[in-house]
Amino acid sequence: MLLIHCPYCGERPEPEFTYGGQAHLERPAQPAELGAEAWAQFLYLRDNTRGVHAERWRHAHGCGRFFNALRDTTTDFFLATYRVGEPRPAVPPP
Amino acid sequence: MRAHWRRTRLKDPTVQPFSGLSLLLAGLRGQRSWVPQWRSPEPQGAYDALIVGGGGHGLGAAYYLAAEHGLRKIAVLEKGWIGGGNTGRNTTIIRSNYLFEESAALYDHAVQLWGKLSQVLNYNVMFSPRGVMMLAHTVHDEQVLKRHICANRAAGVDNAWLTPEQARAFCPPLNIGDIRYPVRGAALQRRGGTARHDAVAWGYARAADALGVDIIENCEVTGILRDPNGRVSGVTSSRGEIRAPRIGVAAAGHTSVIMKLAGVALPLESYPLQALVSEPVKPVFPCVVMSNTIHAYISQSDKGELVIGAGTDAYTSYTQRGGLHITSHALEAICELFPMFRRLKMLRSWGGIVDVTPDRSPIIGKTPVPGLYVNCGWGTGGFKATPGSAHVFAWTIARDEPHPINAPFTLERFRDGDLIDEAAAAAVAH
Repeated sequence: MLLIHCPYCGERPEPEFTYGGQAHLERPAQPAELGAEAWAQFLYLRDNTRGVHAERWRHAHGCGRFFNALRDTTTDFFLATYRVGEPRPAVPPP
Repeated sequence: MRAHWRRTRLKDPTVQPFSGLSLLLAGLRGQRSWVPQWRSPEPQGAYDALIVGGGGHGLGAAYYLAAEHGLRKIAVLEKGWIGGGNTGRNTTIIRSNYLFEESAALYDHAVQLWGKLSQVLNYNVMFSPRGVMMLAHTVHDEQVLKRHICANRAAGVDNAWLTPEQARAFCPPLNIGDIRYPVRGAALQRRGGTARHDAVAWGYARAADALGVDIIENCEVTGILRDPNGRVSGVTSSRGEIRAPRIGVAAAGHTSVIMKLAGVALPLESYPLQALVSEPVKPVFPCVVMSNTIHAYISQSDKGELVIGAGTDAYTSYTQRGGLHITSHALEAICELFPMFRRLKMLRSWGGIVDVTPDRSPIIGKTPVPGLYVNCGWGTGGFKATPGSAHVFAWTIARDEPHPINAPFTLERFRDGDLIDEAAAAAVAH
């Protein structure tokens, strides 16, 4: 079980959270102008990074808020958590 | 395929055929006459085809390429040891009762190959069609499973509805009443069952090796080479450069990592999936039982261990382990359904990394890079498909076009909206 640092509430156990997938995906500004390839890219293609992965979590059984995290998917260690809207922090490679 | 075997055996005296007689004779010699069942060759500079990933799907594809498509210079490149990934880390459940016709055709192709696999490979994969029973605990479950049964029967796949009493008669340890989610009925596929996972990898490895396939272990692919036209021309690896005009990738949870080397992004996310086995006990459990709603999978191996499957973790990871709360959740469900197992000790648990697609159906086919083929996205249910997947993947690599069975399972279906949405059909990992 992971211990996750919610940027609003502090460190809490994993079952309080839900996972929200890859972070920093932006919904296309002009959806009507998007072709099939670009839609597939937005809807389905994911980095699936082996290494430092920027991802969304939601503190569902706490404050209920979404936030972003950097986690090393080869060790599951969290390198940083940060609020939605903040840029991805620079962290030294693990 | 058996003819191939006989021919090869006669040609190659180092291949020992397995039979009751050979076992008896080896016994008389004190079991000292057995030799390694496949070679451990150094990689040659060039091959006709490379398979990246030495699990069941990759070794099987190499075998069918050699046995059915006449390719002889084939190498299987495996980062670790063969069968050490998800082939050795699953709960060995085999069934084909999927909702959509495309899926039922693919998985039933595998079930039909499973039936003859031990004879074809001359290696006992211990396929045991003991019946797979999927439990319904809610009205919704009941409706979903009955819909599956009707769809399966229309597609020519056996599946039958059992009342709770019939379910208990088929699996006597099952507690149908005195639990939080009582059993309201079950769907039973009698042709489903289990097989010995390691034997599948070893059987395919031995048969492929006998046909000249080089199985190269401890060989991590570090790059994919392209010629000036963009076509693949080989790989760089931890054991040097290996050239080939055709490359099939069957790397399960690490497929995204390999395909990134060729600049191909895939709709995959890799999650840890856990399983565990109990201490061995006498035969007490006659079939496979799955409950998607309270999330537990259980069968008993021929060694006597209960083989129990849990769910995936919530987050993507490559760690080959998962959270303890995931396995304890599965064990709580097992203890409710089968109170007789409450005092059993668990011996081992492990995790495998499963590559999950958005529609929970695999991708088997060509990629935007000429000469590069991919077989991935099996998610939490790849073992059952091993022979079928390997067979159609070999066809795709050999002919540069998909077999009719894997034609719907393209990478392009995500662009074109032709999803095979088993995710919505089952509403769980499976």
